[in-house]
Amino acid sequence: MSAPSAVAARPWRRVPGRPPRRRVVFVTVGCLLAALAVGVVGLAAGSSSLTAGDAVRTLLGGGSPGEHLIVVGLRLPRVLGALLVGTALGLAGALTQTFARNPLATPDIIGVTSGASLGAVMAIVLAGGTYQVAAGTLSLGMPAAAAVGALLTALVVYGLAWRGGIDSFRIILIGIGATATLSGVTSYLVARAQITEAANAAQWLVGSLSGMSWSSVRPLLVVVLLVTPVALAQSRDLEVSQLGDDVTSGLGVAVQRHRLLVLGCAVLLTAAAVSASGPVEFVAFLAPQVAQRLAATARPPLLASAFVGALVVAGADAASRTVLPGQLPVGIVTAVVGAPYLIWLLTRLKERETVS
Amino acid sequence: MTTTQAHARTTAPTALAVHDVTLAYDSATVFEGLSVSVAEGEVTTLVGANGSGKSTLLRAFGRLLTPRAGSVSLRGRPLRELRTREVARQLAILPQKPVTPAATTVRDLVSRGRHPHQSLLRPWSAADAEAVDAALAATRLTDIADRDAAALSGGQLQRAWIALVLAQQAPVVLLDEPTTFLDLAHQVDLLRLVRAVNAERGTTVVMVLHDLTLAARYSDRLVVLGEGRVVADGRPWDVLTPETLRSAFGLDALVVPDPASGTPLVVPLDAEHPAPSR
Ligand SMILES: Nc1ncnc2c1ncn2[C@@H]1O[C@H](COP(=O)(O)OP(=O)(O)OP(=O)(O)O)[C@@H](O)[C@H]1O
Ligand SMILES: [Mg+2]
Repeated sequence: MSAPSAVAARPWRRVPGRPPRRRVVFVTVGCLLAALAVGVVGLAAGSSSLTAGDAVRTLLGGGSPGEHLIVVGLRLPRVLGALLVGTALGLAGALTQTFARNPLATPDIIGVTSGASLGAVMAIVLAGGTYQVAAGTLSLGMPAAAAVGALLTALVVYGLAWRGGIDSFRIILIGIGATATLSGVTSYLVARAQITEAANAAQWLVGSLSGMSWSSVRPLLVVVLLVTPVALAQSRDLEVSQLGDDVTSGLGVAVQRHRLLVLGCAVLLTAAAVSASGPVEFVAFLAPQVAQRLAATARPPLLASAFVGALVVAGADAASRTVLPGQLPVGIVTAVVGAPYLIWLLTRLKERETVS
Repeated sequence: MTTTQAHARTTAPTALAVHDVTLAYDSATVFEGLSVSVAEGEVTTLVGANGSGKSTLLRAFGRLLTPRAGSVSLRGRPLRELRTREVARQLAILPQKPVTPAATTVRDLVSRGRHPHQSLLRPWSAADAEAVDAALAATRLTDIADRDAAALSGGQLQRAWIALVLAQQAPVVLLDEPTTFLDLAHQVDLLRLVRAVNAERGTTVVMVLHDLTLAARYSDRLVVLGEGRVVADGRPWDVLTPETLRSAFGLDALVVPDPASGTPLVVPLDAEHPAPSR
């Protein structure tokens, strides 16, 4: 509010006039292509190195049986998992940031991610015991537990923040409180757990793609394919909902239903991503903000945010397997990139954008 | 004069009505058993002291507040049976405190008024562009249409919101204090615009104003609210009497003919400024 002229002067602000919004389309397609390209690099990269050409040829049915085993059997689920986790988190972040009209309102910050984490860690730790039971829990129970954890947390935070309407500042503060509480419980569970389960949980909690297999990619793929169209269908109403509940409703949007759909989509996407890979930090925050700046729009463009998310996670994974030392888990790489960006954004945010 | 006008009003079809409604918030009941109807094609203004329930009634008309009891009807149909979108095509509302979005140009803001006319299958059309351009021109915002709405002055921003409502092109328009933040010249400008829209398109207007003299000059009808009921309701000259002003506002006032328009002009009195002796 204090420096309106600075806003007008920023070159990435959108050019005047309504559609066609070529730039959004351009950015969306560009990010998709970039994410796919990084995916191919990820298929080629690793201890037995192949060229990108080899990887593509193998994907299309060529290549030796050995190459086929490495590319399709081992690396494809991981790369696909990375792309899908990024897509889900990027889209979920775009939805919550738009919904709350605040870039800080990401699933990480409003408690959804930590709810999913707690659910998943409970499944790992409490269901321990025999190996068979644990394995069964991991493939079936863990995604469900993560989803339930995310859903319950979202409901509680939403309920506590509700005062005849949703105030984004309240939802963020309550979310931070919920995150702290839930992380505390999660740490306690890990500390009390058997050594193997604790190790499992700890590795999972930093956000890692190393355990990615077809059985964890499949449910994620289903959720992303089902939820994305529902979320995109809310796009026009999301634009209007930036004007406050009264105006939104006056313009013909059933506000409660819209809000439930948007939040429901975000929670499902987050739960699916977190149960597949663990919480990959900062992607849900970073991707929508980057997409918004690239597309020069007033709010994060949904699909472009999803694809930037895919690009970030797949890129972080590929980097950790090639140039970075010690096979860092992907969640650490994204945190190292994302945290400084968050701090930078906080210093740049106008007062109005943080507190209202 | 008054009897023929009153007659004309009762025969005009009803655009909007509340029947025997109870309007309440969690903490307080504002109205109980309230009935008010608004005739089609008229400009009706709600007046009353701060907290008398003007916004509350307007929100009930606009389906932003659901009555605890009683019903609201829009052009003869019960409001609660209509779909939100259908309501939005028939009725546009400017609430008292809208939220101005970040990084949005005036034109984009005004364009949102076309939302009820659009869908996934029917995105943006020439008719939409036309309605937006006309609304910008009517509110004299064309020159600053590409500025960031957050960087406007209070009065310019208020006009942008009015433009959004005009772009919606609904036959019934509700405006909550449309003249706040406007200088006197722009207030007059805006009220003339309201009358012009009313005359050209037959738009029914219900608005909330605080300036009684302007309200009297630009309204067909005034509804005075106070103490949870309608204190007075009718043509400006019938409503703006010293007695009504005393009971609704606790204000001693002289009501004289406005030398320019002949409508009632309210002159407030106090101990230092008593009524001149005749
Ligand atoms: N959201 C709310 N929650 C609780 N009470 C409310 C709410 N909004 C209004 N009220 C109360 O209802 C009464 C009527 O308020 P309303 O806003 O309708 O008054 P108004 O006539 O529009 O006043 P003003 O001229 O100040 O705009 C007031 O006593 C107010 O305190
Ligand atoms: Mg009011």
